[in-house]
Parts: sequence; structure tokens; C-alpha cells
Amino acid sequence: MVVKMSNLVTGKTGDWEIVIGIEVHAQIISQSKLFSGSSTSFGSEHNTQVSFVDAGMPGMLPVINSVCVEQAVKTGLGLNAKINKFSIFDRKNYFYPDLPQGYQISQFEQPIVGEGKVVIDLEKGVEKEVRIERLHLEQDAGKSMHDQHPSYSYVDLNRSGVALMEIVSMPDMSSAEEAQAYIKKLRNIMKYLQTCDGNMEEGSLRADINVSVRKPGDELGTRCEIKNVNSIKFIGQAIEYEAKRQVDLIEKGEVIKQQTRLFDPKKGQTRSMRSKEEAHDYRYFPDPDLLPLTFTDEFIEGIRKTLPELPDIRRKRLVEDFDLSPYDAGILVSDKETADFFEIASKDSNSKLVCNWIVGELFSTLNKSNKTIQESPVTPENLGKLINLIDDGTITGRIAKDVFEIMIESGDNPVSIVDSNDMRQVSDEGELESIIEKIIQSNPDQVKSLEEKPNLMGWFVGQVMKETQGKANPKSVNELLNKKLLK
Amino acid sequence: MTSLTELCLYEARDGLKNKSFSTKDLILDHIDAMESSRKLNAFITETPEIALKSADLSDDNYANNTNRPLEGLPLGVKDMFCTKGVLTTASSKMLSNFIPPYESTVTDNLWNNGAILLGKLNNDEFTMGSSNETSFFGSVINPWKKNDKQAELVPGGSSGGSAASVAAKVGVGSLGTDTGGSIRQPASFTGTVGLKPTYGRCSRWGIIAFASSLDQAGPITRNVKDNAILLNSMCSHDPKDTTSSLKEIPNFESSLGKSIKGLKVGIPREFFQDGMSDEIIKMWDNGKEWLKNAGAEIIEISLPNTKYALPCYYIIAPAEASSNLARYDGVRFGHSISSNDINEMYELTRSDGFGDEVKRRIMIGTYVLSSGYYDAYYLKAQKVRSLISKDYSEAFNKVDVMLTPSTPNSAFELNEKCDDPLSMYLNDVFTVPINIAGLPAISIPSSKDKVGLPLGLQLIGKPFDEETLYSFANIIEESSNFESLDDKWWLK
Repeated sequence: MVVKMSNLVTGKTGDWEIVIGIEVHAQIISQSKLFSGSSTSFGSEHNTQVSFVDAGMPGMLPVINSVCVEQAVKTGLGLNAKINKFSIFDRKNYFYPDLPQGYQISQFEQPIVGEGKVVIDLEKGVEKEVRIERLHLEQDAGKSMHDQHPSYSYVDLNRSGVALMEIVSMPDMSSAEEAQAYIKKLRNIMKYLQTCDGNMEEGSLRADINVSVRKPGDELGTRCEIKNVNSIKFIGQAIEYEAKRQVDLIEKGEVIKQQTRLFDPKKGQTRSMRSKEEAHDYRYFPDPDLLPLTFTDEFIEGIRKTLPELPDIRRKRLVEDFDLSPYDAGILVSDKETADFFEIASKDSNSKLVCNWIVGELFSTLNKSNKTIQESPVTPENLGKLINLIDDGTITGRIAKDVFEIMIESGDNPVSIVDSNDMRQVSDEGELESIIEKIIQSNPDQVKSLEEKPNLMGWFVGQVMKETQGKANPKSVNELLNKKLLK
Repeated sequence: MTSLTELCLYEARDGLKNKSFSTKDLILDHIDAMESSRKLNAFITETPEIALKSADLSDDNYANNTNRPLEGLPLGVKDMFCTKGVLTTASSKMLSNFIPPYESTVTDNLWNNGAILLGKLNNDEFTMGSSNETSFFGSVINPWKKNDKQAELVPGGSSGGSAASVAAKVGVGSLGTDTGGSIRQPASFTGTVGLKPTYGRCSRWGIIAFASSLDQAGPITRNVKDNAILLNSMCSHDPKDTTSSLKEIPNFESSLGKSIKGLKVGIPREFFQDGMSDEIIKMWDNGKEWLKNAGAEIIEISLPNTKYALPCYYIIAPAEASSNLARYDGVRFGHSISSNDINEMYELTRSDGFGDEVKRRIMIGTYVLSSGYYDAYYLKAQKVRSLISKDYSEAFNKVDVMLTPSTPNSAFELNEKCDDPLSMYLNDVFTVPINIAGLPAISIPSSKDKVGLPLGLQLIGKPFDEETLYSFANIIEESSNFESLDDKWWLK
């Protein structure tokens, strides 16, 4: 499908195209750090998850954690990327108090994963391919805290040495929406793979956004890198602000300087952090403490065998096996937990109804209470049961909403809720007939007017529902009313 | 009664085993020798309390027949090995207050084998030097003097304290580290036996790093047999050091006395230099003769890239050092000068904490890794390094061992070369290529020059073939009749 060029930004001198590339830092899910045995648990007391290696003590040496290597390979495979059978670790040298060794162990010229691709999902079912340039392993720095004391900064080394994957995209995105879709898709893939939990708030997924603008068809413009963009929403704001800033500058006749910029979430703006001239010379060179990583085909194929079903494949399967529309299936698989919830709920139930209920009632309830689907008080099993009660006519659709509300409140099984509240649908013709008779008897005027106003039939239906507290089978009611009143 | 310090390592071991004396007797004599040799400035930290406490345990072990291979033997340890709870300085102001909370793998292996720490030995600051004159704690004095008994001489470096203490018979052996000759050159200058094992033979974990791809720990002893015994207890495969070898560790002592008949000795012609002194040439010729007499075949070989070894070394080693020494920033441990500005704190701390030679090498290393210079220097040096390694691996298809002088000259006077770094660097011309190729090599005292100073021969071996080195070294030792130091002038 062709992406229409609605992504253009209109300036005074005409239309501008935004060019976006993204570097994602994804914290690898692992028990211990990349080069030491220290724990990686988040939120521990400051400086309690720190080994002598992580603190850069004299004579300490890094030893590679093979779990992190496997996770990186797995992620590479999930991104349809080339796994490099030979890769090396380099030192990136710079001074900062939260970098105890005085260098970060990273990969520079020969990363563990080469080129790959990700298909992103845009509005109205549009898909677009974003190319991945590379993925490499590196260790995280510690955390500097500048707000703990009026004149001192503090350093917490718990994060020092934690394994990260840096995933670099090609400059293939051209709008805030595409960038957001890319991050969402990448995060989703890694959650499926269980290689990164994707939690942007806790910093386990961080994005640096490269933005430039150009007139359509021109060479690439000078880019600015925006750091510290730690939510999907901010990514959108940062790109829109930055693109406009660049267009305004160029249209004023100024030149864009290559810079690193910082996003300020309070103001929704980016501001200059350092220029290209102030950029560090990192003096990369191969880390002599570590041997190159070398893989056999068997090793890579062994990991490939452990790959779970990824979102794009799952979406296809949901369409085929559960008879969903591609759009609905796309919504479900965009979050692994939602798709899992769906599959459990629709195990013995009408899958289309299950999907409607998840996307409708469940989502809106969860949104209101700010809960994730994993925190849902309604279990997928119970939702399935509720759907069955609707499907087999035990309760009406209207009653189902009441049952659902009770389920949200209590977490109870819908079957027992229906029983204990006497909410079963009334389909017994004799019972309904006598109720209808009674209504006809007591409303002769309405019966008379019905000949001129056929719409009044709805009023009769309403009366029956009121009389039965919504439990009457609507189909039976309609049939009986037609029989009685439209002779 | 003669002091028990006159006994070498294996003699002391046998004496303890036979219960001719107690560990405590042995340790007391060595503590006495250590204290009365302070003029030599070989020790930065003396640890008599630890030694005496350990001696009691060793005596118990001998009494219970639970003695370990090095039970009760006192050793000095270069101040580059982290020793738990004992000051470890790298002979630098930067670490002048650093007490590690951990023990290096090599020293840990030794203590587990029953050896006893006598003290921490002086060396060139962060091992950068060839005379032990760059130490923050002052120069080490060579126990040897010229026949005229006048000037004080350097012991060589960087393991100057390790070599001087062994030559002065303080401790039965010592630990050194060798990055470009730091064990073999001081061994040659002090008439001691010094071995640099194959890269990966000894774990580097807990040794303060200079140049990680070249650093290797090794023993300095009074004779070849002691050296073999000590090496056995030092090496191990260490999962904490990725570059440590998985190779099986043979019994090195049993390679002594093995016949070398029919084995081939390579004489690399590029090691013969214009202006080489007659004494060095004569010693080298003697060495060939001794080995020939023992049945070995002498073959001239060529290592064409030898001339690039020194420049290659002085790019790679400083490059790695500039990165390895970045951690000394005053933030977490060691020397620190505070400031309200973080960059100023770095500048003040590092300007004051490092000496001139260390600063020189950090600057060289930073330069050769800088963008725009990396390809011309560091990358090219790495390529040259491969060529040098290839020279050796090809030559070792033809020979079993190589024989060269250890150094181009004997010990020089204190302050003689201090202001001339280049001439200082030339001291390592015969030792540096071996580190670049990662090979094992040993220096054996072989003769004395005309002023009575020791000269050493260097044997170079195939990777992980320290055994052959010991077999050959043993023959040189027996043939040379080298007389060890007898004048303990520092006691007077």
C-alpha cells in the first residue's frame, strides 16, 4: 500500500518532509548484568546491586553473561535481522561520575546483529516497513542524581553494567505517528520475545530521535538528535516541535546546526544540549579484556527454535482461526497480554463477541480505572462465560452489561451473578403473553394511535422490558406484539 | 648461625618438611632481612604481623602433616597485585591510600598453597618504567654494585622491588608482572631468574591493569627450579578472566633435568644489533655453546618485523593504558582533590595523582586513539602486531626455543636515563616483542660484564611450552656457574 504524502509539513515556502531515525536503548530481561553477577532488579536501595566490576575497582575484569547474548540474538531474529557470527566489544571512552570505568563497553564496528526490518501499523490498516541498521550490546551507566542535595550530586551504580540493546533504525520514518508506531511495534515485538519489558517509565526502553527536514526529493537535511524522550506521547510532541523549529529556522534563512537536544516534557519543547563541535571523541577501540563473540549456525538455529509467535504472524492466525477482521486482530495483537486474554476468553466462546467486548466494554472500563489488562478484575475465563450466557440466550444483551458491571466490582463468576440476581431472560411465551395482554388492556389509547403511528410499537416493547426488568427476550417480544397488535 | 634467608625456595621447603627448623624461624629471619634492607627501598608495605600469624598456621600444618605445596614459604608481592586488607598502591600517589577488599587470583592461589606474604614490593608507577625510578615511593636500589663499589644502580623495572628483594635474599621468591619486559629486564639486572609465562597462563583478575592485552604475572626467583615450583602454584584457569587459558597445567618442576638432545635452538638474527657490546655478544655465544654441548642444534632464524616491535608496543600499550587508567578519577576510591566543578576535580586529581611517565603514556595513548589518528597509529600497530606474531609462529615451525640476550646492557646508574625516555624505552628492545606475540620467555643470569654486573640470557618458547623453557634454562644455569651476590653492603 502506498503511503500518501499527507505527512508533509506546510511552511511559508511550501511543503517540507520530515525525516526520522530512531536509536532505541532496550534493557535486556536478565537476572544479572552484562559483565558481572550483580542483580538487575529495579527499585532497589541505592548502590546495593553493585559488584567490584560494576564499580570499576582496580584489577576487575568483565565476563560476558551468555543469557544477555542469547537475548540479543533472539531480538535480532525477531527483527528479521542478520545475526553476525563474529562480533567484538569495544570501549567507548569518556569521563563522567556515573561511568565508573571511565569507558562504556559497547560494540562499534562489528555489532552482534546487522540489518533487519520492522513492519509498522498505521491508521486505517496501512502498513510500512522500517529498516533496522543494526543492534548491538552495551552496558548501561549508573545514574547521576542532581536533586538530592543543594551543592552535591549523587551517583547510584545499581544500573551500572546492566545489559542494553541499542537498536538503530534507518531514517525511514516521516511523521510523529510513524515514529510512535515504530516504537510501539518494536516494544511489542520485544515483549513477545520477552527480551525487554518495554517499560518506558522505569527507563527500560529509551529512545533518542534523529530529526531533519527537507523539501520533498531533496538530499537529507542536517539532523538533530533529541534525547530524553521517555514516552510515546512525548515522542510525538518532540518530533512535531523539532520539525517546526527546523522549518522555521530554514525559512528564516538560517542554517540547522548538528546538535544533541534535550526534550523538556513540561514545556513540550526541545533545547540544545551540545553542538557537534562539543561532541566527545570517544576513542573507540576493541576491549582487550574480552574475546570476540563467535557463533555457530547451530547456536543461532537453536535460538530461532525458541522464538514465540510474533505479532504479525499472530494477527494472521487470529484472522484465519477466529474469523476476526484484520483491523480487530491488529488491535488485539498490538498488546501481547490483550491477545493472550482474547485467546483464553474465546477458547469455548463466540470469538467475535469476545473481541467486541474486549475492545468495547473492557477497554473503556480499564481506561477509566487506569488499569492494564493484566490487572483486569474480570478474568478471561469469566468473560468467556458471560459471552456464552449472551450467546445461548440465557441473558439479554442489556442485562449482560449489568452483569459485567457486577463482575468488575466483585470479580465474580457471571453464572452465579445471573442466578443470584434472577437475571435470566424471559422467553416463556405464556408469561410474556400475559404481560403483553395486561399492557394492551391498560393502554387502549396507545393501541388506537398505533394504526396511525406504527413507530409506537417501540413504546410497547419498552413497556414489556420495563415490566420484566430487561429480561424479556426481545425477539419473542417483537413476535408476540406483532401477532397481538397488527392483525 | 647463618641466617635461614640463605636458603633458596626449594631448600627452605625441604628444611621445613624435614622439620630442620620451624616456619616461625624462617619467617623471623626473613622479617629481619626485610627490615635491615630498607636502604634498598624494595618494599612499600611490610607485613610482618600477617607473616607471623601465617607462620603459626603453617607450623600447625607441618605438625599435622597437612602441609600444602608452598607451606610456610615467605614471598614478596609486587604492589600491582590486589591483596585483601593490605595497602595496594601500584607505586602511585593515586592509590597511595587504597586497601582492596579483594585478593587477586594469583596471590589467592599462592596463599591457598601455603605461601606467606612478607610484604608489598615497590615498582615503577603503574609498571610504567624500566628502572623503578618512576615510583611515587622512591627508587629501588639494586643490591648489585660495580666492582668499584661506588655508584648506586637501578634494579631495572618495572618489577624492580621484586627483583632486588630476591637478589638481596629477602623472601625466597617474589611475584612480578611483565607487560614489555618488566620481569625479565630487572631479573637480568639483578642476577635473578625471571619468567614471563604465556599470555593467559596466569589470571589477570585482581592485578592492577597497565595494558590488558600484554600484562602477565610471573615469578622471580634465585634459581630455575624455584621458578618452576612457584609458577605451578600461581597459574590456574580463572573463570573471572575471559583471557585466562583452559590449558592443562603441567608439573613444571619435573621438566628440569630433561634432555634437550636433538631439540632446535633458533638464534634470531635481527636481535644482533649494531654497537652491541662485546660482553653481550660473548655471553650470547657462550649460551649457544652450552646448549650445543647439551645436544641441541643451533639454527639461525629470521624474525623480519622485529624492528617494528618497540614502536608497535609504544602505541598499543599506552592506548590500552589511557583507557585502563581512566577509572582513577577521584570519585570512588584513591587519591582525590575536590572542587566545585566536576571537570576541575578530574584535572586536579589526575594532575596531582599521576607522575610524569604515567601522564606521558596516557597522553600518547589518548592521541593514538583519537579520531583522525586511530587508523594511522593504533590500527596500523595492531596490523604490525599480527605480522610480528606471524614471524614467531612461522619460526617456531622450525625451532623449539629461541635464545637471545635479555637486555642490551647491564644495570645503569640511578638518574642516568631519567631525562631521556627514549633511551629508557630501548632497554626493552629484546623483551617487548615477546609480549606482543604473547609467548613465554625466561631470563637466566649467565655472566658478568667487565665491571662485575650480571647479564642475562633470554629463552623464548612456544605458546604454553614453559616446560621446554625450564629444561633449557636449567642447562644454562648449570653451565654458567653464575655466582650470586655475596656482598650485602646495605647491612653495613
